[in-house]
Amino acid sequence: MHKGQYRFVAGFLFAPVALYLIFVIWPYIQTIGYSLTDWKGQSQTFKFIGLDNYKALFHDDVFMQAIWHNILFLIFIPVITILLALFFAFMLNAGGRSKAGGVRGVAGSQLYKVVYFFPQVLSLAIVAVLFNAVYRSDGGGLLNGILIKLGLVDAENPVEWLNEPNLVLWMLVIAVVWHGVGFYLVLFSAAMQSIPKDIYEAALIDGAGRNQSFFRITLPLLWDTVQTAWVYLGIVAMDMFVLVSSMTQNMGAYGGGPDHHSDVMSTVMMRNFQYFGKSGYACAMGVVMLLLTLVLSVVMLRATRRDRVEF
Amino acid sequence: MGSTSADSHGDEGVGRRDLIKRSAALGLAAVPATGFLSACASGGGDDSSDKSTKGTTSKDNPFGAAKGSKLDVVIFKGGYGDDYAKAWEADFQKKLGITSTHTGTQEITGKLQPRFNAGNPPDIVDDSGAQQIKPDVLYKNGQLLDLAEVLDAPAIDDPSKKVRDLIIPGTLDAGLQEGKIVALNYIYTVWGLWYSGKLFKEKGWEEPKTWDDFLAVCQDAKKQGIGGLAHQGKYPYYINVAIMDLIAKKGGLDAMKAIDNLDPKAFVGSDAAQAGVEAIYEVVEKGLLMPGTNGLTHTESQTRWNQYKAAFITCGSWLENEQLKQTPADFDMKFMPMPLLPGSALPFEAIRAGSGEPFIIPAKAKNLPGAKEFMRHMLSKEWSTTFAKEANSLTILKDGVDPSVKLRPGTQSTVEASKAAGGNTFRYLYTEWYSEMGAAIEAASNELMAKRIQPKEWLKRAQAAVDKQAKDPASKKNHRD
Repeated sequence: MHKGQYRFVAGFLFAPVALYLIFVIWPYIQTIGYSLTDWKGQSQTFKFIGLDNYKALFHDDVFMQAIWHNILFLIFIPVITILLALFFAFMLNAGGRSKAGGVRGVAGSQLYKVVYFFPQVLSLAIVAVLFNAVYRSDGGGLLNGILIKLGLVDAENPVEWLNEPNLVLWMLVIAVVWHGVGFYLVLFSAAMQSIPKDIYEAALIDGAGRNQSFFRITLPLLWDTVQTAWVYLGIVAMDMFVLVSSMTQNMGAYGGGPDHHSDVMSTVMMRNFQYFGKSGYACAMGVVMLLLTLVLSVVMLRATRRDRVEF
Repeated sequence: MGSTSADSHGDEGVGRRDLIKRSAALGLAAVPATGFLSACASGGGDDSSDKSTKGTTSKDNPFGAAKGSKLDVVIFKGGYGDDYAKAWEADFQKKLGITSTHTGTQEITGKLQPRFNAGNPPDIVDDSGAQQIKPDVLYKNGQLLDLAEVLDAPAIDDPSKKVRDLIIPGTLDAGLQEGKIVALNYIYTVWGLWYSGKLFKEKGWEEPKTWDDFLAVCQDAKKQGIGGLAHQGKYPYYINVAIMDLIAKKGGLDAMKAIDNLDPKAFVGSDAAQAGVEAIYEVVEKGLLMPGTNGLTHTESQTRWNQYKAAFITCGSWLENEQLKQTPADFDMKFMPMPLLPGSALPFEAIRAGSGEPFIIPAKAKNLPGAKEFMRHMLSKEWSTTFAKEANSLTILKDGVDPSVKLRPGTQSTVEASKAAGGNTFRYLYTEWYSEMGAAIEAASNELMAKRIQPKEWLKRAQAAVDKQAKDPASKKNHRD
């Protein structure tokens, strides 16, 4: 580089790097610092207590249960969303009956693409309101209303969808999948359209059916995109704060019920931070969350690494 | 006019405030960093106040509030709205010539924490709601004015008496910090059961005095396709009010204090606790809950009750104002004390009662005389009546509502219930002292209402929560006799 160019580049980088250091890295470091104290959150007086918070953390049944819930989400949200999105995307792009040879989507695929994308336009807070109305625990709820009309549920004993320990996590998974599937459908569609049509046509001529062309051609060529989707959905699964805190039974604050059966790490952390005033302890939870997320993203990227196919 | 000296600071003042607003917005981007930021921002206050805001004192104006000065009022705009405060401010302007800048908000912490840290707080604050800044924290930071001066000033309605003499006894206690009253908990709240006078008249039901009568009304309601008891199931706080009230009335104040003082026999081994929780469970077991009520939010549940889908609901006296829009005109909302279990220590009329909604005056307020005078006016019959009219709730002022004012039926019935209760009121404090223990008991109550645990198990879990709290060394500081 020419003389002076370094200074020029550094000049451009200074502001963003400084902002990043001040507003991202410095709070991380502070959180680690606070996690070693008995800080109560509203004043600057606290004592250094070493690793006591971390020791307490591993005996905290609620937090351990919450980690487990996050792991369940981490498995089921990406798998279900990606499978559904792949299926829909394939049907929209290559699933139609070919008339004069060639590859096309099912009839009306352009319309479906738009309709499937609708939920993605909504913010999570609105999704929560919407699904609260669907899952409402009396006859006024969409699900209960229909089931009561069909005579499948007794009007005196409607299903309390979000107040059933065995159902609540699945109810949340359904809401997340509904919200996300349209986006990944569009993502996969775009990737599929970049696959040259002649590959499909060659396969057709060789007598490949839908299944074969999906598993032998589409999926391998989409692997990069699927990997990206997995990382994004993993982030969603590690969070879940909005839906849990605004849909589930209240355990003091930030949802998590019934009896902590839907608590995730972020809701337990916020409850301790704000409501219980155990802010130092909550910071320790934050540090554990950070470590878990780092480990998981490394594992995920390693596990899904494949050779790239050039086309 | 105070405006002349205000001018000399005017430009600078606006600039500072804008700057602080912007730095507050930046601060939100990094919540964990606020501690650091506020540490930097603290100590930046200047004390350029007083000169313009201090007028001459007189008998009618004991603090010397200056005509033409400005008052910065921040009101929590929650269940009670903020129309009452606007009415007060208009009256304050008319009477004293002090104009107010009004801020009605739910984000007390977000708006005020940076201002406190910068030494530029408002003059008077209704520090309430989910995002309040905890009064004990503000006190420890030296941010709160000791309100003794206001409380010992002559009362507006009767200058021969002190302000504090006209307040319902015991209601100032909620604002105590280390022996000083630093927050004025202004609203008088009662908790219990609510029903529709219209529905009861139609069905020929009487207000039940005993638990058996209560169950009988619920049974009859069920036969006619109406739910018995509704509760705000998504927030188990509400059903806990009912359980704890039954325990206190059955076992008397000792049973209540045992819980607040973390007694090893507060729940397991307490007959009152067992009777209380078994009584509530009877409602569940006999199918007398409003269908689906366990999973409903407070508004959903209360609205169903307003639609005559349940005979009773459990709530505090903010209910009427919260449900104004949903309540049919002829609903005739009525409050009643929790019905009695056999062999109860307290009479039927006994109710849970106390004060809430802390109003504070920041020690570094720019217009202290104006703020003190404002608070003195809040404790006048006229302003208390304004509050009752606009917010449909009572204040801590004794007989604080002008008899000529027609209160809404629910509020009127709380007035009558308070009179009937007399000295027979009680108030749990564990909810203020031990939020973690409260949350654990709420979680158990949620399971009880869903029939997933039995009363015995509930008692065990509640006792476990108490025992866990008792192990915390900080809990030694709280004790009530």
